[in-house]
Amino acid sequence: MIVLEDVYKQYGRQVVLNGINFRIREGSVTTIIGESGSGKSVLLRQMIGLERPDRGSICIRGENIVDLRSRELNRIRRHIGVLFQEGALFDSLSVKENVAFPVREHLRLTEKQIQQLVDDKLSQVGLRDHQDKFPSELSGGMRKRVGLARALALDPAIVFFDEPTSGLDPISSNVIYRLIEKTHADYSRTYVLVSHDVGRSLKISDEVMMLRDGKITWSGTPDELRASSDDAVRQFISGSTTGPLTIE
Amino acid sequence: MLRFLGSIPLGAVEALHLFVEEVGRMLILLGLSAVWLVRPPFRVREFVRQLDFAGAQSVLLIVLTGAFTGMVSALQSYNGMHRYGAESMVGATVVLALTRELGPVLSALMVVARVGSAMTAELGSMRNTQQIDALTSMAVEPVQYLVVPRIFAVTLVLPLLALIFSFTGMLGAYFICTGWLGIDVGSFMSGIRAYLDPEDITHGMIKAAVFGLMVSLTACSKGYYVTGGARGIGKATTRSVVLSSVMVLVTDYVMTTLMFRSS
Repeated sequence: MIVLEDVYKQYGRQVVLNGINFRIREGSVTTIIGESGSGKSVLLRQMIGLERPDRGSICIRGENIVDLRSRELNRIRRHIGVLFQEGALFDSLSVKENVAFPVREHLRLTEKQIQQLVDDKLSQVGLRDHQDKFPSELSGGMRKRVGLARALALDPAIVFFDEPTSGLDPISSNVIYRLIEKTHADYSRTYVLVSHDVGRSLKISDEVMMLRDGKITWSGTPDELRASSDDAVRQFISGSTTGPLTIE
Repeated sequence: MLRFLGSIPLGAVEALHLFVEEVGRMLILLGLSAVWLVRPPFRVREFVRQLDFAGAQSVLLIVLTGAFTGMVSALQSYNGMHRYGAESMVGATVVLALTRELGPVLSALMVVARVGSAMTAELGSMRNTQQIDALTSMAVEPVQYLVVPRIFAVTLVLPLLALIFSFTGMLGAYFICTGWLGIDVGSFMSGIRAYLDPEDITHGMIKAAVFGLMVSLTACSKGYYVTGGARGIGKATTRSVVLSSVMVLVTDYVMTTLMFRSS
């Protein structure tokens, strides 16, 4: 469903993605892990089509999005949902209007149908009673839950999550991961997470990949990851400060 | 030649590079806006919201500044003309100054301060918090959704604000001249009737429309392409206000030269 071949991205002299190759199965939950600054978010931006790689191909639903014009790319994007790191909710719109936004843009529904859909999505994330609030009135965890409801509003085939729990307390983080797990169980869509929250992401993932020095250096199931003898993987899981991974 | 190139200070080269980059960005944004302006879906709701913000909500400020500008212009003109017994010319002088120059220029500067700065800060904040990325990821063209309504609304609304400015300025001048300085109502009005041409008003409005386009384009460009977090937004907002103000004054000179050369 998602196939990346030889994806290469450079900013100035800094090579961030240096030949990325992988396949993500339809309906699976895949987590891309890696130290801070390893290029996880950059990789995600290439897959969403927010940036174009310097080289390589990114096939989503059988189409290489690198070659597509903006109108064609938008056709693919209608089947994609994204939960951004800080939620990226529109400040000027209420919770309800944020969730309704993609629905109004892409579906021809009556106001009653839109309200019903918004109610459903907000109920899923436990925020049905906060519809009229504005993003500035919500906590970080609530903003992410609204972001999740918005990402799922069009029932997308693929949902990308950029650091879904960054900046959240452990309880809010658990709530978010449970919601990700629950919504995946409900819809069986393809979920791609970029995260450094290894503990929680391993519990819900079918496959894990490790991004290091611009390449996927390891991939496998969560059980294989736990049993891995790869020094970098072991260090990343344990959080040790000594090992091949160095934080600059 | 090489010696000449070598003698150019590095700072000047860098400044030229930044200037070309800035102009390039603005032209690209202008081109994209022109393309998205005529393509559906038309963002009527956003356009109306911007009309309200840039237009309706600016009226009070424009009325206030217009009235005081007219009043002070009347006082200063009277001081000069009184010496030559030409008090009857005060009305015409003030009204011509208002419709040709003060109305368009000062309205534009007020819009720069109130609307342009807010646009840069808002778009910059949206860029920093990934709201613009979110729009793109939802298959919504951000230039069409965010930039086009802003540019179109300000370009449309600034001539009207300039007209309101000139009118309230005229009223201010009228009350000062007839109520305080003792100028006869008839001579005040006859001076205006004798010297004010419809062209003075239309040229002033054309100027204001051009200023509106420049001000909104600069504000949107600075905000849309912002980098560098909160500090970056602060810098972009300051630069947007300074650049817009300077551009308004320079363009005013050029347009005045072209429009009012023979009058």
